[in-house]
Amino acid sequence: MNGPHDLGGRMGFGPVLPEADEPVFHAEWEKRALGATLCCGALGLWNIDESRHARECLHPADYYSSSYYEIWTKALEVLLVRHGCVTGEELETGHAKRPSTIDRPALKAQAVPETLARGGPCDRPASEPVQFAVGDRVRVRNLNPQGHTRIPCYAKGKVGAVEEVAGVYVFPDDNAHGRGENPQWLYRVVLTGRELWGEDGDPNLTVSIDAWESYLERA
Amino acid sequence: MTNSHDHDHDNHFDPMTARVKALETILTEKGLIEPEAIDAIVDTYQNKVGPQNGARVVAKAWANKDFAQWLRDDATAAIASLGFTGRQGEHMRAVFNGPQTHNLVVCTLCSCYPWSVLGLPPVWYKSPPYRSRAVMDPRGVLEEFGVTLGNDVNIRVWDSTAELRYLVVPQRPDGTDDLDEDALAALVTRDSMIGTGFARPVT
Repeated sequence: MNGPHDLGGRMGFGPVLPEADEPVFHAEWEKRALGATLCCGALGLWNIDESRHARECLHPADYYSSSYYEIWTKALEVLLVRHGCVTGEELETGHAKRPSTIDRPALKAQAVPETLARGGPCDRPASEPVQFAVGDRVRVRNLNPQGHTRIPCYAKGKVGAVEEVAGVYVFPDDNAHGRGENPQWLYRVVLTGRELWGEDGDPNLTVSIDAWESYLERA
Repeated sequence: MTNSHDHDHDNHFDPMTARVKALETILTEKGLIEPEAIDAIVDTYQNKVGPQNGARVVAKAWANKDFAQWLRDDATAAIASLGFTGRQGEHMRAVFNGPQTHNLVVCTLCSCYPWSVLGLPPVWYKSPPYRSRAVMDPRGVLEEFGVTLGNDVNIRVWDSTAELRYLVVPQRPDGTDDLDEDALAALVTRDSMIGTGFARPVT
């Protein structure tokens, strides 16, 4: 979706403001928000693509006026309600009104190190022949799905070169919507600053995106 | 007017503290989360997994040509050999700065970041100013970090739009031939591994 999250090349957000000696967390609630998000994710009711989509579906005014952990928290509430873990009424009152019907064990503290160290690899065995090779010229297709996608708007319609055939990975556009993993070949595509930004683009700039095969066509 | 109902979650906390407390309370009451697991996650990213991990990787690459080559060829395995694996580091790539090439990592679509080697991303990395401009005006962004590159230096921006995670290996500072890996690691900053900084010079 062409949502508020798709920020490459947008203007008007002002300067980057690095914070000297920035702490890992700026408030106690940020710790709990991060932890709750990871613990709930470990229930296995949704995947990373669905959670990213929940974040980008926030209203643009809400997205831009929220800090990142606020975005995470708001999206987590959406996911918990969608999957029947909590109700709007419970969120309103701050207490459980009825027992959980979710038959999944909570993540235990002892299991945290192993769970985090394992992560969630999303590469898969290849089942289809690879379509593009290193050096091929490809155009990023002008696709504008209503649902989740990982094509950044600034690259649509632009032509670049395949730099790496990176393997086969779970396809987020389907995985985010419960349509299965449908893994596809993933390519790193390099585009020049001039191709992306026109004659005022930095002549010594190149930008790469990582694109699933169905995002690309031969140029 | 007095507050007649006694919601303990919304009468003396700021809005986000109240909101997250409410969420944690409900989820704990339902048995869907255990607060101790949240504590363990926080402890991991506050005390165990952070840029010190990436600094070990970079220092080893500087000190050991074979390791540097392994890092170029199979970053996930090379990094795992130092014990750094897992969430948001499952599929790693290492990219090497040189005299004529400067690498910069961004995620324009969310906040993808190599947690296993850098920990959690700083606020600016997740914020619209950086995400919007890194791909279009990286030299301007770098100036805001106090990093000035010659106009003839090529900038390569890596937009993390899939599940590959990028670690920048900064250039090794001059005058470090005699330093061991521990001393080298102390020169490697978080920002130098994102591309918004250089490694520290030897003082």
